[in-house]
Amino acid sequence: MTLQEKYKNLVDTATTSGVSNLKVREQDGVLYVDGDTSGAVKQQLWTLYEKIDPNFLSGDLVMNISSVAGVNEGAKLKVTTNRSNLNIRKGPGTDHEIIGKAARHEIVSLIRKENDQWWVIKTDDGEEGYSYTQYLTPIEN
Amino acid sequence: MKKLITSFLGIAILVLAISISSCKSKPKDADIKAAIEKALAADPMSAGTTVTVEKGVATIAGECKDEMCKTHCADMVSKIKGVKSVVNNCAVAPQVEIAADDPLAAAVNDAIKDFSGVTATVTDGIIKLGGTIKKDMWMKLKPVLDGLKPKKVDPSGLTIN
Repeated sequence: MTLQEKYKNLVDTATTSGVSNLKVREQDGVLYVDGDTSGAVKQQLWTLYEKIDPNFLSGDLVMNISSVAGVNEGAKLKVTTNRSNLNIRKGPGTDHEIIGKAARHEIVSLIRKENDQWWVIKTDDGEEGYSYTQYLTPIEN
Repeated sequence: MKKLITSFLGIAILVLAISISSCKSKPKDADIKAAIEKALAADPMSAGTTVTVEKGVATIAGECKDEMCKTHCADMVSKIKGVKSVVNNCAVAPQVEIAADDPLAAAVNDAIKDFSGVTATVTDGIIKLGGTIKKDMWMKLKPVLDGLKPKKVDPSGLTIN
């Protein structure tokens, strides 16, 4: 079975669920699926992926589906760390000094997107700096 | 003089015979197309290409992996009997963008920081994971790693429970 066949259901779902900029390519035994969508569709696709390939053990799919491409400056973001507070740093990287913290589940504002991993945020207390996007979830209307 | 005429006639007949026979053995477009398709199908590099033939001119189209593959495909087609020339309309598929190791390794370290018990190494764009992780945490971590543009995420050394 080819990778396209193995993940056909996933790619079909991405196509019909309205994933924009959808790109599906196969290279050196790995299928790459890229695109932008909502948080709900992203979750749906990841659930489907795990169903086709339990625990993602095969390592034959890299799914880069972003649900934050449409998030604009000024958007409200919820801090969704696993348990700790979110570090606010001086620069984009964990090698930069911590200049503030945002509590778990606190709501902060997006000031600017540095890159896909690091955004400049501002807390209600006025603390501003770089935080890791992994722990920031846009509040969807 | 008569001898000369005879030999001329002989040559003329011979030329005619050759041209007739070559005309007879000239493959039809459909046959050429079938031969090319057979050759393309047997060649793994040429997967994803299609061909049309008109008056011996073969036009190949589709997606090739890279420039080398595109040249190879046209080369192979040009050698097939009956092909006068090849029009190469193959497009080279855009390469998947893979992050360089150093920034990728730094980004991976940032990503796994909040997942205690997980280790990762990065070689040639492949993120190899080790350690232990809870399943719900793994469901959160894998999307983050895939977003870093790795070549591959290899969890074979990771214990998921």
